Amino acid sequence: MYAFDIECPTSVADAVTALQAEEAQPLSGGQTLIPTLKQRLAAPSTLVSLTKIPEMQGIEASGGTVRIGGAVTHATVAASVGQAYPALADLASRIGDPAVRNRGTIGGSLANNDPSACYPAAALGSGATIITNTREIAADDYFQGMFVTALEEGEIVTGVSFPVPEKANYQKFIQPASRFPLVAVFVAKYGDGVRVAVTGASNEGVFRWAEAEQALSANFSADAVSGLQVDDSNLIADLHGSADYRAHLIKVMTGRAVTAAA
Amino acid sequence: MPKDGGIGAPTRRREDYRFLTGRGRYSDDIKTQGECAAIFARSTVAHGTIKSIDTSAAAAMPGVLAIFTGEDFVEVGGNPAGWLINSRDGEPMKEPKRPVLAHGKVRHVGDAYAAVIAETVQQARDAAEMIEIDIEEHDAVVNMKDALAGTTYVHDEIGTNQCFDWGWIEDNRAATDAAIQGAHHVTTLELVNNRLVPNAMETRCSIGHYDTGTGDYTLHTTSQNPHLTRLLLSAFVMGIPENKLTVIAPDVGGGFGSKIYHYGEEALVLAAAKKLGRTVKWTSDRSEAFQTDAHGRDHVTKIELALDEEGNFLAFRTETHANVGAYLSNFSTATPTFLHGTLMAGNYTVPNVYVNVKAVFTNTAPVDAYRGAGRPEATYSLERVIDMAAREIGMDPIELRRKNFIKPDQYPFASAAGLEYDSGNYDALMDQMEKVADKAGFAARRAESESKGLLRGFGVNAYVEACGIAPSNLVGVLGSRVGLYDAATVRVNATGNLSVMVGAHSHGQGHETVFPQVVAEMLGIDPGSIDIVHGDTSKIPFGMGTYGSRSLAVCGSAVVRATEKIIVKATKIAAHMLEADAADVEFKDGTFSVVGTNQSVSFGEVALKAYIPHQFPIEDIEPGLEETAFYDPANFTYPSGAYCCEVEVDPETGKVRVNRMTAVDDFGNVINPMVVTGQVHGGLGQGIGQALMENTTYDSDGQLLSASYMDYAMPRADDLPFYTVDHSQGTACTHNPLGVKGCGEAGAIGSPPTVVNAVIDALQSGGKNVTHIDMPVTPHRVWSAMKNAG
Amino acid sequence: MAKVSMTVNGTSVSREVEGQTLLVSMLREDLRLTGTHVGCDTSQCGACVVHVNGKAVKSCTMFAVEADGAEVSTIEGQANADGTLSTIQQAFQEHHGLQCGFCTPGMVMSAAALLKDNPTPTEGEVRAYLDGNICRCTGYHNIVKAIMAASGQDVSAIAAE
Ligand code: FES
Ligand code: FES
Repeated sequence: MYAFDIECPTSVADAVTALQAEEAQPLSGGQTLIPTLKQRLAAPSTLVSLTKIPEMQGIEASGGTVRIGGAVTHATVAASVGQAYPALADLASRIGDPAVRNRGTIGGSLANNDPSACYPAAALGSGATIITNTREIAADDYFQGMFVTALEEGEIVTGVSFPVPEKANYQKFIQPASRFPLVAVFVAKYGDGVRVAVTGASNEGVFRWAEAEQALSANFSADAVSGLQVDDSNLIADLHGSADYRAHLIKVMTGRAVTAAA
Repeated sequence: MPKDGGIGAPTRRREDYRFLTGRGRYSDDIKTQGECAAIFARSTVAHGTIKSIDTSAAAAMPGVLAIFTGEDFVEVGGNPAGWLINSRDGEPMKEPKRPVLAHGKVRHVGDAYAAVIAETVQQARDAAEMIEIDIEEHDAVVNMKDALAGTTYVHDEIGTNQCFDWGWIEDNRAATDAAIQGAHHVTTLELVNNRLVPNAMETRCSIGHYDTGTGDYTLHTTSQNPHLTRLLLSAFVMGIPENKLTVIAPDVGGGFGSKIYHYGEEALVLAAAKKLGRTVKWTSDRSEAFQTDAHGRDHVTKIELALDEEGNFLAFRTETHANVGAYLSNFSTATPTFLHGTLMAGNYTVPNVYVNVKAVFTNTAPVDAYRGAGRPEATYSLERVIDMAAREIGMDPIELRRKNFIKPDQYPFASAAGLEYDSGNYDALMDQMEKVADKAGFAARRAESESKGLLRGFGVNAYVEACGIAPSNLVGVLGSRVGLYDAATVRVNATGNLSVMVGAHSHGQGHETVFPQVVAEMLGIDPGSIDIVHGDTSKIPFGMGTYGSRSLAVCGSAVVRATEKIIVKATKIAAHMLEADAADVEFKDGTFSVVGTNQSVSFGEVALKAYIPHQFPIEDIEPGLEETAFYDPANFTYPSGAYCCEVEVDPETGKVRVNRMTAVDDFGNVINPMVVTGQVHGGLGQGIGQALMENTTYDSDGQLLSASYMDYAMPRADDLPFYTVDHSQGTACTHNPLGVKGCGEAGAIGSPPTVVNAVIDALQSGGKNVTHIDMPVTPHRVWSAMKNAG
Repeated sequence: MAKVSMTVNGTSVSREVEGQTLLVSMLREDLRLTGTHVGCDTSQCGACVVHVNGKAVKSCTMFAVEADGAEVSTIEGQANADGTLSTIQQAFQEHHGLQCGFCTPGMVMSAAALLKDNPTPTEGEVRAYLDGNICRCTGYHNIVKAIMAASGQDVSAIAAE
């Protein structure tokens, strides 16, 4: 790592100010950022820690919505939202490993938008709202490609609000080395339709599988997707799987998610 | 029942206390007053000519003390290969120099071309980034067959990428060809033995120290054999006299082969320590480890098996390309030849075997022995082609193996690949395997899996390996440049406790517990009064280290011999004390007594007398009680086993899970069954990892794609099942005093073909006409194979 | 440089550290608690697991500054006050759950965290919990068995000496 300072503000306002400094960068749980820093792929002058800000903690469930503070760890989500949003708790309980879940945060994960991260699938699949220090952003507008989001320089994800679906399930097929999803699918059934979000698979990052959503909105069963084909032209091909394999897995995982949710 | 702490007892390990309480002492745990740090500048390209290196900006960075480049080591020697292999035409192998730091060219990603010594690691790293290197890039030589056909050479001065073209046994070639030509049936299989990174959890670390007062050097390093490292540094690389160099390997956090060898970083920290008069420390990070630790396996093989109408094996013929990487690591030339070709008759009475191995230089990290070293490659080829043959001729795979097994009354058995197996009972192992694995219950388990939509397969394997490495006479003939004996000193202190100095060095095998069990049993004393000293060349007579499942078979034998000498001398002292003739003194359970009387002295009293030799017959008996023995084995030892496993394959995703894994091994006599079982477990974990998960991938530019745990799949707890391990069917080794054979590598040798055979069985049961999938059998590969089979 | 204060195994400590100083570096280099190991640079091996305020974390993936004011426990603090092994440590020895010992501190710390949350885990739960702890020596059999034994479960049906 290169040398840098760390600041630990205790309010969002102070964090925003601190982030205005030259080469300042936010630090959430650090579970992705710190390995990146070790490789010397980034050279911040200051890291602004977001984990000691009380406003960014806390989980509230009311009126069909679960709102989670941006600095809430995966472990806390897993332990706290089992009643309100079981599929989300289940997803959180399987991110990384236990020690990573004790540090990694939902805001950090969403801000990073790793193409193989789990949370983007839940946020996009639930049609969540990403709350920042300046505005609220619909998930559909928020995810803009691999590691790219709608966030502006210095903007902080302070919370996420999930509308709770009637049914939902997350199916993850792991890449055996990193344990990130090789392909994972989040399926959520709402009164007004079904959302299907896919992570791990695309060069564009997390995406919605429109054909499946349509088919499942009409008939919420695994059979509804069995005849569909996923276009693999923009899917990731790497050491761990070809594009057509990923396309195949998207279908299989979607079917399994539907069966598990139904 | 064995005595607690004696031979055969599952004695709990004494080393565990320090490891469990955080008091282990690994190399990187050592911190010396005034130490400084070394960081290496490493090539990011696979192949290129170094046009210039400008270190001036780096040298001006804060804290920088010295910078070394390849120029600084032009005068010193290269790191040599330990075995000379001759090609079929009699030509000796090609041995390009392996310098301390790259000079002239860089030859793989990670090849170090400079080293920065600075006050802190951070400063050294900052400065290393400022070194400017101008490299003229060349095409990377990656694929072995292309390497042999092409004219881009990893080492221009040898004018070829072929290290050697070895035939074994050349005199058997014509007969093998004829047998295959005339056979009723020939099964042919082309396969890849995937390249692996050993991945000891402790990365390498070397600390050089130079005493400016005495001119003595000390190297602390992560080594499986400190004496070999000292020998190589002294005789070949640095020319430091052996008596001026101490090599110490403290606790070593795993090795699996990768820490047998001497690496350039060790020479560098010593050179830097001398130049600066400071202690210089380097610790590898995991990324460096992926790029620079010696890798394992990486064979591409075509094997043919010829059978007659009844299924009798007539011949095995193999052609293998073995990747040696960019430079010859110390044992790299022995691994694909004498640790591989000599095992190509397997457990079978097959009359004809011929093996051809072409070793190839490529722009990749050096490849050398990794757990099993050559024998997993041999077993995998044999046991895959046998399984395939069984399917082709419609015979049960166990029956086909049994039909061709060497029978217990045929020992000693001269195999068609040139070894003389001393003992074994392969049918008994197979019987036991079928029993403990509940083979009979497989059909029901398969039905159960199928009801869940999964395919279930049963795979078997038989192996024999050669370990207890190795008889110096034999390996000398085969091209080894060293002897492979081992040594031990048993020192009985005046107060009756013992220090036993051993040449073997534990990196997880529990030597501190197991060797005392042997000595305690022989002397009839409390094992707690015996301590092992290892890993320090200044304290130990000599040693060839720990690898090739040799510690107990070779070094343990030296311990036995030294202890026997102690008993002989102690008996003389006891006779003197008892005023009897030594011939009349009997030693039993720690007591010397005069036969037929009630006169006796204890071992402790004799020890004390040895050091307080008042009224000693000094012309007959020297004071003191300390003996050394060097033991050179008469033959290899030949552990063998029968393995099976059951896998479930998800036909939708291709995912394979090993549900049951059974290993029945013949290790000869067993000193500590708990430790032996643990060794098998570890080997099974690595073998299943090789079969299903692990792969080292370079792209066509020689970039390492699987360069971290993000892309190199290490088996984790939830990838593996509980194992069933059985060593009840041991047949004692006939030529070493303990009758032991060695257990460290078996699991990694026996399991890969077992798993792959089971996967093929599962797919066939599901009507998929898949006959082979190369390792690692990843979900993607299984899915593709199923798809291609239609 | 920043000043950080924390309790490590019950003892208060304060040190001046740089921003980029990892918790593991502070433990190993400054406090000389070398039982916590580093086995990777990608936050995957778990050799570095310690507890911060009672939770298992990877000390290689947390800055020392972030542990300011925290209670940290490491492998050095796990044995009983009289130096005898804790139940978990004892089970690792009894069931040969370690070989080279390098992964062991992290394994013991993860096991302790697991058993605190889940006093009688199933085999599957133990294996899943160890997802972030790599052992290259043992094939995990005896580690899983030791943890189940430490939880008071009868492991005699699981094979081996
Ligand atoms: S050192 Fe590997 S996870 Fe921390
Ligand atoms: S005991 Fe060696 S890595 Fe686990």
